Amino acid sequence: MVRLFGPLVGLFFAVALLWSFGVGLVQAIREPEAATAIQLFHKAPEEADFSFNGVFGKFERPQLQRGFQIYQQVCANCHSLKQVAFRDLAALGYNEAEVKAIAKNWPTKAKTFDPKTGDAGERANTPADHFPPVYYAGTGNPPDLSLITKARHEGPEYVASLLQGYTEQPAALLKQFPDAKTPEGLHYNPYFANLNIAMPPPLTDDAVTYSDGTKATLKQESEDVAAFLTWTAEPKLEKRRQTGWAVVGFLLVATVLAYLAKKNVWANAH
Amino acid sequence: MSFPWAKEYNPSQPFMVWLDEKLPLPRFVYNAIGAGYPVPRNLNYMWNFGILAGFALVLQIVTGVILAMHYAANAGVAFDSVEHIMRDVNWGWALRYAHANGASAFFVVVYTHIFRGFFYSSYKAPREMIWLLGVVIFLLMMATAFMGYVLPWGQMSFWGAKVITGLFSAIPLIGEPLQQWLLGGFAPDNAALNRFFSLHFLLPFVILGVIILHVWALHIPGSSNPTGVEVKTESDTVPFHPYYTAKDGFGLGLFLLIYFAVVFFAPNALGHPDNYIAANPLSTPAHIVPEWYFWPFYAILRAFTADFFFIPAKLMGVLAMFSAILVWFFLPWLDTSPVRSGHYRPLFRKFFYLIVIDVLVLGYCGGSPAETKYVLISQIGATYYFLHFLVILPIVSSIEKPAPLPFSITESVLGKDEGAVLTANPAAA
Repeated sequence: MVRLFGPLVGLFFAVALLWSFGVGLVQAIREPEAATAIQLFHKAPEEADFSFNGVFGKFERPQLQRGFQIYQQVCANCHSLKQVAFRDLAALGYNEAEVKAIAKNWPTKAKTFDPKTGDAGERANTPADHFPPVYYAGTGNPPDLSLITKARHEGPEYVASLLQGYTEQPAALLKQFPDAKTPEGLHYNPYFANLNIAMPPPLTDDAVTYSDGTKATLKQESEDVAAFLTWTAEPKLEKRRQTGWAVVGFLLVATVLAYLAKKNVWANAH
Repeated sequence: MSFPWAKEYNPSQPFMVWLDEKLPLPRFVYNAIGAGYPVPRNLNYMWNFGILAGFALVLQIVTGVILAMHYAANAGVAFDSVEHIMRDVNWGWALRYAHANGASAFFVVVYTHIFRGFFYSSYKAPREMIWLLGVVIFLLMMATAFMGYVLPWGQMSFWGAKVITGLFSAIPLIGEPLQQWLLGGFAPDNAALNRFFSLHFLLPFVILGVIILHVWALHIPGSSNPTGVEVKTESDTVPFHPYYTAKDGFGLGLFLLIYFAVVFFAPNALGHPDNYIAANPLSTPAHIVPEWYFWPFYAILRAFTADFFFIPAKLMGVLAMFSAILVWFFLPWLDTSPVRSGHYRPLFRKFFYLIVIDVLVLGYCGGSPAETKYVLISQIGATYYFLHFLVILPIVSSIEKPAPLPFSITESVLGKDEGAVLTANPAAA
């Protein structure tokens, strides 16, 4: 039975597949898929020399603090950071009083609700609170930034490239794709998935004045905020690698011992 | 069952004697994976992967049960509860990365285990039942992994669930109501998430049960071996313990090294970035792709692009995708060659390497966007896939002239077997 029906079933699927193949091939030859503007003009993120690259990489606290300053003074106007709590900022090197002050002075207050009266109110944030939600009424939907560097391929490089990537739409693009003109209210950016992003260029040279005296070039700012957002997405990165080395080291020793034990046991059996 | 020369469990300690009379559990273990189980002496490292698969399952159950203590299966908070695990639960990040990559590790070892079975024809009599149960385990694993991937409730979770449950809607007449019944709604939502969580917790224990049957069935004929020649005498075997416990211990060390290197240094390499975006039914990702271990089957699903007579392309794709695995159930009866091991089957061996390459190519296409070139390659790859198992294998096994087999396992290991000389050439004795 199996030997009778097996080949028949096999041939059935094979013929159906070759039929699909033939139809697809004819179509591909008759109407070859034209390259799209995105395929031709989209750019992969540029390499960046982050301190946390590589298996030994670590965050640089001053850079994380600078990145936080950018988030605080620029990004936070439109983007939330809801997975992160103010208390987490201690990992950036702020002391307890500084964390308390950052939380207390955060412009968007925590919402309260009085269950006795039913009144909604506000209070200052505390270190235990997460960064409050941000409501944005303009064009586009600014994504929450907590996980942005893990939610994009090559996330840290992507963020840094995108922030530096605003340019005029290339003439070659408009010549080849006259319909692909960046719509009103959007901005051309070759690092963005569909080339046209709603976010206006958020950073320029000297968009902020760094408290540690670092010169605030666009590149510096972009990389600083990318580093900060790498920390928000993966706050346990350093602990993870540190644990990894201990585990791999232990396993190397254990595996060598296991190999010797195996050799010993099998000495007379080969 | 066992070979007549299997060592018998013989406790000397009074407590163990007492226990053996009341509940012979130590005897059971001794006969299963102890010195009481004689195993062919020539097993190579490909025979490590069954133990590794069992280890991976235990790892998944242990990490999974702890993760379930902190996870909330509610569409409103599931995504945030996973981030809570990553940030606020002690060692939660390690548990979650171990679990997510543990699924990949489980599939890596199981695929190796399955292809070991293909090469050495481990499915042949008297081991058909072991093979059939193995395919059942694989199907259960796929269901479990799919539902597990939905739980973080990211974009790929949601859209993956939508695409895969959408497959049921291809079934004529009952398809759509069936899909709605499975999901508990018109699209994946809280009802689906809750039942997936429940089943994701249950199925690993079902897998554990089938593994017990799988190992039980294994112990009836005993393990196969790289020559495919059955065990004849005691000199063909060694006791499982200490020989294979030692060998498996070394294999386990290598496995853990690679696994933990991924967990601690590249934990997101095998995942999709879109799953770090919370599920959004109003925003479809540019490319919906499943996890890598489904890619070959996903390529087969997408390979059917034209209706075949009165059968819609979508239904053909669904039928083919399920058939691609179901065909493995029939392998013991499709491959009729009396020789088991690929080492002695020159023609079969060529086709074996071809199917390995074919599955890798299908996998690559399944993970790529559905562009014309990848679809065309998948169509050729899928054609070969079905022809390989259902047409080529039966033909090869009937026309092939196998290479001469060694007389026994002992001969293959030592180069000579005293018994072989006596039996093969009595005149010389």
